Order: sequence, then structure tokens, then C-alpha cells
Amino acid sequence: MPDSPYRRPSPEELLRQVEAEESYRKRGKLKVFLGYASGVGKTFRMLDEGRRRKMRGEDVVVASLQPSASAEVRALLSGFEEIPAATGLGGPAIDVPAVLRRRPGVCLIDGLAYENPPGSQHAERWEDVEELLEAGISVITSINLQFVQERQQQVQQILGRSVKESVPETFLRTADEIEIVDAPPEYCVTRAAQGVGGEAVDPVQLEHQLSELREIALVLAAEVVDQQLELYLRRQGIAQVYGTHERILVCVTPRSNASLMIRRGRRQADRFHGDLHVVYVQQDGLNPADRKILEENLACAREANALVEILQGEEPIESILQFAARQGITQIFVGHSPPSGWLSGWKKNPVERLIMGAEGIDVRIFPHSGTRHG
Amino acid sequence: MAEAAAKRSGKLKVFLGYAAGVGKTYKMLEEAQQLKQQGHDVVLGYFEPHGRQDTIAKIEGLELIPRKRVEYRGHFFEEMNTDAILARQPEICAVDEFPHTNVPGSPRGKRWEDVMILIEAGIDVLTTMNVQHLESLNDQMREITGIQVRETIPDWVVKQADEVVLIDLTPRALLNRLRRGVVYGPEKAERAMENFFKEQTLAALRELALRQTAHEVDLRQGDGLPSALLTGAASARETLTPAANEPRERILIHVTEAAATAGMIRRGRRVADYLKADCFAVCVLPTAGMAVLPKATSEAIEQHLDFARKLHIETRVLEGADAAEALVDFARRNGVTQIFLARPPKRSIPWLRRKHPAMKIVELAKDMQVTVVAERRYATPPA
Repeated sequence: MPDSPYRRPSPEELLRQVEAEESYRKRGKLKVFLGYASGVGKTFRMLDEGRRRKMRGEDVVVASLQPSASAEVRALLSGFEEIPAATGLGGPAIDVPAVLRRRPGVCLIDGLAYENPPGSQHAERWEDVEELLEAGISVITSINLQFVQERQQQVQQILGRSVKESVPETFLRTADEIEIVDAPPEYCVTRAAQGVGGEAVDPVQLEHQLSELREIALVLAAEVVDQQLELYLRRQGIAQVYGTHERILVCVTPRSNASLMIRRGRRQADRFHGDLHVVYVQQDGLNPADRKILEENLACAREANALVEILQGEEPIESILQFAARQGITQIFVGHSPPSGWLSGWKKNPVERLIMGAEGIDVRIFPHSGTRHG
Repeated sequence: MAEAAAKRSGKLKVFLGYAAGVGKTYKMLEEAQQLKQQGHDVVLGYFEPHGRQDTIAKIEGLELIPRKRVEYRGHFFEEMNTDAILARQPEICAVDEFPHTNVPGSPRGKRWEDVMILIEAGIDVLTTMNVQHLESLNDQMREITGIQVRETIPDWVVKQADEVVLIDLTPRALLNRLRRGVVYGPEKAERAMENFFKEQTLAALRELALRQTAHEVDLRQGDGLPSALLTGAASARETLTPAANEPRERILIHVTEAAATAGMIRRGRRVADYLKADCFAVCVLPTAGMAVLPKATSEAIEQHLDFARKLHIETRVLEGADAAEALVDFARRNGVTQIFLARPPKRSIPWLRRKHPAMKIVELAKDMQVTVVAERRYATPPA
């Protein structure tokens, strides 16, 4: 799935990111407070951060606040200079020219996911934010998970309703800092149970939905941290794998019980909120029957949303180990060595060689098709 | 469930962070204050001010249960006074530093054991901890920080919590706090920044805390299924795995005297928890039993079995002339789906080696799944 948001960036991509980052050194800094539902306290945290920065002497202004702000939030707000919204176009929008004229050090923008009224310079608010950042103004903002474009389908499946506005996840990933605003669902249940558009919501079901959203938000934040950490390590030239993110590599051949291995790999990856890779090391002289089985195995891998790659190499074990090191794999799944067939021609048992060669990686060995399934 | 009805046990809420200074205690006290304002009977069972003014200001108005003085080798130490809290019988009690080890001579070795007593007595407890104290993450912590964390909490204890809340703060914000002297005094802050508080270390710990919280949330969803929607593989899952029909995994951990066993037990426990699998630990002794083994060997085996039991893993001791055969036979008879082994150590002259028992198990168990756990590479410990 090359367009999956979960794909691990290649070294080239990471490098490009580094270069981009360097060229943007004059950019303002973007900090995002991410919550999984309304009522977790994103706005409060954002304003509190603004307040503390102001106390420390930074020049902080507020450029937008959501109309639904609570009394607690209103109280915090009174200490800030506000730049009134532009209302000329028939809807509220950040008055970007006014902010640029004022040139604050930090601009607080509550609710990143707004569409601007027709006729605005940018269609979406996040594009306004981009302009402010380019002008060297730092932005602190808040967003609710349901507005993250790449996650909207999942959220919609959970909540059974959709929202129109969205912010691309790629934009969020450019943030210098993402902080999660976590709270157990009970905090939002009372608020949300009051209903959207007056419809009654079952609190038990709602709590369940909210905890699923909470899990997604936490994993999203973890993935962003993981990506930024990797970037940092690369930039510092530190060759270290922390194994915080489980990455499972399933090695298939025509002989392996691929469907079991992939199923187990998928489950393990899901439970660990990790990634699933499936590789095949190219072999010469495959007979048509084997080629067909292999094609089926790889199709099965794609269907399981695995990242599939065909490796080239004289020595299959070496190719697998190199791939594993490159991708930061934490678990390798392989088939047992049969008396003949899999990687035949090796004098030493290939599975043993893999086990001894896999530094810091677990190796899980599976029975072949036809033997007992676990 | 009859006993639960007889006495309602208290609820446990854990404020989880990834380093000192992220604001766990502050957040816990803030919640204690809110609960008090709502009319609940809240006391502070143990509080560690660390000289942080913001945090100290937060205890104002809360009833503090005086600590107990415990003498040990001519020195006095202060610990939480569990008896005094039980006598006071509050509705809610806030207890700082969940993983703390009590001074020898205390009624219980660990603070979490004291907390369990409070909960059994029907008291709700709010408490704080960092992710690095979780037992199953011990090896990963050493991998990241180079430090072996000694004060650990078995994962099942945290699993008992009704709620786990992440206290998130970006490493940059934490480092700013450190520089401003909010967390430690200037000297300690400087040392900390050179060692544990490096940006990449903090980022890795934060990632673990985020993932751990996601896992805790997942566990509490209670339907036994992972959040299918997390992976975006919903369609593949439907065709590939009617997840409910999948057999429950049974993981067998092979216990030996090898030093790598402890790490493997932790890993096995962790994988079992994530897969919601059964887990047990088995060692195979010679037919003549423990007595014929050298003292160091039998002690190491006992230690590993004991460690497994502490992590709530059921243990079995088998006897057999051939360890590999006995183990695989046991696994087959008991419906084990996966055998966990520690990777054999590397030999300097590989072609002279006898087949290592672990490799023999791999050979014998060709009809089963076998996981060989490699030791993690540890970061260099800070100077």
C-alpha cells in the first residue's frame, strides 16, 4: 500500500524532510494539541500554554476562538490580546492580513479544521496557518481527531457520522510538537451525551466509541513521535533502533503456509499497533505451479494490507537480515526448514542461520502447509 | 462474583508519564482538588514535593495523612502510613510514586502492595508512575537509556487499574522546564540533561508511554478484539480472519538457567498480554531432579521460575532425560500454540558446537510455532 499513511518513510524521504526543515529554519514553530473528542480540554490546554508563554515574556495573541468556548476558557481568555475575526465574507475567518500586520511572536488559533467562507484567500484555515508560519509567526492550535483527513474514514465507522472539514495528516506531521490531550472517556461522555442535534446517545455505547477514538489518537501521536525521533537520530547520525514500534516481517516462499503466517502477522501487528511487512526473496527456476502459489501468497499479503516487497540477492538469509536491519524490524516470521525445498542447497540449516544472525530481533518459526496449524 | 458483592473494592486510577517533571503529580493533585470541591472525602496518602513550587501549591486544603517513620540500620526513613489511612477510611486517597520500594522492615515491600490494601478496603486511589517502571518494558528501557530500572511494577498490577491516563508533554517543553529549574535544582538539572534527559531518549520514552496508554485503552474495551479500525485493514480482516474464530493462543516459555531467560520471560509475558493469550513457564530437570544440578544452576532456575510467578505466569517443572523432547512432548499434549525460547549464545568456534537444546527444540517442533527471542542490544549506560 504505497499510499498508506502508516508507511515508513524511506531514507530518501527522510533526508528530503531534513532538507526541507533546514530551509524552513526561519519558519514559525507549530504546536498542535490533539484530542480525541470535544470536551477533553484542548482549548484550555492551548490557552494555558499561551498564558504561560506570555508570563515568560513572549508576545502572544489570540486570532480565533470557537464560539462554544466554556466559561473556564472565557476566563483564561481575558488576559489575551485578541485579533478579531474577519467577518466580511459571510462567515468567521482568521484575519490573516491583520495578524501579519500585528506580527506577534505566537498566535493562538483554536480549532484548526475550519473551512473559510467562499472568496477567502485560502479555502481552509490550515492554509492560513501555513501562511503565518512562513511569515515567521509561531502558531499554537488545537484539533479534534475526527478532522484529521486520513483518519476520517475510521472515525466515521466508529461514530456513524461524518464531518465535512478536514486537515491533512501530512500537515500535522510538519508540526514541531504535537501534544496529546488525554482524559478517560467519562469526561466527554457527559458533554457529548447531550447529543448532536438533540438525538439521544446511549452512554455505554458512547464510552466505547470514545475509547476507540482515544486509542487511535494515542497511536497517531506515537507514530508522529516515532517519525520525528527517527528523523532526529538520522540527522544526528545515530544508528540506533529503539524497537519502540513493533515491525513484523513475514518471509514467504511457495512452500510456506503463507495464509497462516500473514494472518498471525496481521494480528500481532494490530495488537501491537505496529506495521506488517511481507517479503519474498527472488529465486530462479520456479516451476509454474510454485509461481502460481507464490502469486497467491503475495496477493494474500496485499489483501492483509501488508507492505510487500520482492528482494533480490544471492543469499536469501543475508537479504532478509539486511532488509530487517534497514527497516527496523523487531520480529521475523519464517517457515521451518523442511528436509528439502525451502532454500534447498544450503549446507547449514537456514533457519538456524537466520536465528543466529538476527540481532535484537525475535524469530518466529511456522509449520509448513499440511502440518498441524497452531 | 459473590465476594465482590460482599465488599466493593476501590477504583484505581493511574496517571502515567514518561519522565520526572511531565506533571503527573500536579495533575493528580488537581484532580484530587476537583473531587474535593465536588464534595468527596479526599485525603493525600503520600506526597513527594521534590521542591516544586507549582505542585506544592496544589496540596493546599487537602488533608495530608502523616507519614510513618521507619528505622533501618540506625537511620529513619519515611513511608506511607497505610494503617493510618485505613483507620481514617477516606473515600478517595491520592498516593504519589506507585512503583516506590519501601524501606526494609516495612510491612510490605512495595508501595503498590500498600495501594492494593487500600483498594481492597474500598478506598479509591489516584496514583502516579512513569512508563519505565513497567516490568515487561525493562529490557526496552535498558535498550533506550542504558539504565536498568530496579523499581518495577508487574504489568498485571497496572492492568488492575480502572483507568490509565497519559500525562503528555513534548520533550522540548520538558527540557525547557528543566532549564528553568522547575524540575530539579541547577546542578542536578545539568547532569540530568547530559544523561537521561537527552531529547532522543525522552522522545523514545514518550513514544512508549503513548503506545502503552493506547494498549491500556485497548485492553479496557473488553471485547477481546483489537481495534480493527486502527489498521485500516478492515476488509482484509473480514476475508482473512473472522477474528472471533481464531483459536486462543497458548504460549509456553522455556525456563532454563541461562541469563537470557529473564528477558525472554518479560517478552513472552508482553506478547501474551498483547495477544490476550494464556501463558505458562516450564523448565525441564534431569530425571534425578534438582539435586543433581550444580547449586548455581538450580538457584538460577528457581530464580527464573519465581520471577515468572511474580508476573502471574503459571509454572511447571518437568523431568526428562532429554530436555528438548520432554518440552516438545508437553507442548503437544497441552495444546500449546507457540513455544518461546531464548536464543542460544554465540559460540566462538561454531563448527565444533554440539546442537544447542534450543535448536533441537526448533528441529523437533516442526509441527508447531516456535519463537526464538534474541536479547536486546542495550544502550551504553551513562557515565
